[in-house]
Amino acid sequence: MALESVGVPPHAIVTSGLEKRYPRGGTYAVRGVDLAVDHGEVYGFLGPNGAGKSTMVRLLVTLLRPSAGTAFVAGHDVVKNPAAVRSNIGVALQDAAIDPLMTGRELLRLQSVLHGIGRKAVGARSDLLLERVGLTSAGDKRVGEYSGGMRRRLDLAMALIHEPSVLFLDEPTTGLDPSSRLLLWNEVRRLRDQGTTVFLTTQYLEEADQLADRVGIIAGGELVAEDTPAALKAQVGRPHIHIGLADPSDLARALEVSATVGDPRPGVTPSCMDVSVDDGSRELAALVRVLDDAGIVVESMAVKSPTLDDVFLQKTGEHLSETEEEVAA
Amino acid sequence: MIAPSLALAMRALRLTLRRPQFLIPLFLMPSIFLAVNTGGLAATTRLPGFPETSGFLDFQLPAAMVQSLMLSGLQAGIAVALEIESGFFDRLITAPVARLSIVLGRLLAAAVLGAFQVSFFLIVGLLFGAEIAGGVGGVVLVLLLGSFAAVAFAAIGLAIAFRARQASVVQGLFPFVFAVLYLSSAFFPRELLSSPADSISAWNPLSYMADGLRTPIAFGLDAAPIIEGFAVTGGVIAVASLLAVAGLRWRLSDAV
Repeated sequence: MALESVGVPPHAIVTSGLEKRYPRGGTYAVRGVDLAVDHGEVYGFLGPNGAGKSTMVRLLVTLLRPSAGTAFVAGHDVVKNPAAVRSNIGVALQDAAIDPLMTGRELLRLQSVLHGIGRKAVGARSDLLLERVGLTSAGDKRVGEYSGGMRRRLDLAMALIHEPSVLFLDEPTTGLDPSSRLLLWNEVRRLRDQGTTVFLTTQYLEEADQLADRVGIIAGGELVAEDTPAALKAQVGRPHIHIGLADPSDLARALEVSATVGDPRPGVTPSCMDVSVDDGSRELAALVRVLDDAGIVVESMAVKSPTLDDVFLQKTGEHLSETEEEVAA
Repeated sequence: MIAPSLALAMRALRLTLRRPQFLIPLFLMPSIFLAVNTGGLAATTRLPGFPETSGFLDFQLPAAMVQSLMLSGLQAGIAVALEIESGFFDRLITAPVARLSIVLGRLLAAAVLGAFQVSFFLIVGLLFGAEIAGGVGGVVLVLLLGSFAAVAFAAIGLAIAFRARQASVVQGLFPFVFAVLYLSSAFFPRELLSSPADSISAWNPLSYMADGLRTPIAFGLDAAPIIEGFAVTGGVIAVASLLAVAGLRWRLSDAV
């Protein structure tokens, strides 16, 4: 039976021509974004700082009024029925705005009341969430004593207190240590397995690659690419094997014999070359064999797969990692 | 709307109690003024035109009360501005609660804290020899009017905070508390103020609040100033609450 026929909207998030234009200066923070995020999908919104990721989240969680276009979240129009949207979403914004003078448990209780959860259910639900985010022992401590990672995890628990069908996470792991990041990733995966839709913004390539079922790349407020991470990478090109030669005079011969395995081309220095292949690791042994048979001494070999950064480069003309460095500088 | 308002009021009270830097000035500063005024200016009761009162401490107690209540109103505004700055306000906005709860919760907390502040100064007064001319009924009236006045000042604080957005801007209004206090009958009878302070104090709502609190303490249950005190405080609550709600709507004008 089609979902529509039983009254369930086909997508958890749908936007059409969504725009946010600021009157001062007339600049677009988000411009003409069309999105369709499926139920139970983790959608990664990837882009550098200032690309429009947070504005997009604020539009979808009713914190900003769109200048143009439409947006539906959990089946409700964000402009016409914002109250219904708010009832169905969980939100953890970029700055975990949590009172440092309150305890984790007190904050969860407050969040429960704000979401209309009955008093009887609050205790058990708080305990469960504190356990899930690894904060059981810290639940009665004031948040001021928490580390940045613990605050983020509490923020996530607060966003989940009412079991929302759509969860918005705005750069949830920015500034976190690797173990806190991993814990948060695992929780996102667990939520997806339970059927929760997760809309996640990030500037980390690895995060989008690891977590997202589909990735949308945003630059200058516009959605420039959207697909599964694998499909996006496939658009850029095939994997290649990077080879460093001991003797640069072997390059011509190496290019000749490598053609039996893949599509070789000279590298950026006279002693290296790249061979485009279909798989990567599968052709590695064959390549070693042909080069060895030809008496060519290889100094180094590495399989390089296309990354989302390559996709970002192709779509925007810049590396995402470079833009991150610029921001940091 | 009731449960979220109560929960937000509880949160506001809890945070106030956990911030000694917010709480202590509410009691310490008016206490210092009370000690200095009663210690050094008691002779003013002998000035012609000074109303008949059981003691200068009785007369000064309401001044300490309104001073404390005004400071707590300003602090309510600072707390809201801090919530806007920190992003906690966004958390409230994305929750499915009536936005009026944000204002109501703060005002409820102010009412409770106001009763506590007024009780503190009543106890201090009684310990140092003040007499409550209006008896138990007078105490009840002072507690009620003190709570209402606290709500009025908190509503003013909120109205400013929603417009100002930054805590430092609200904090910058601190000197105005004293200007408003001295241009009212809080410290001295209106009849003894020189021009133009006497004319300004006649239009200053604080004069009527202070006189409404003073009457049950220093003079007894004289209906007229008490009714005026409640009426003016009610008027300030109505106007300031409307301004606070308008400020909230303005703050949320970019949201859905």
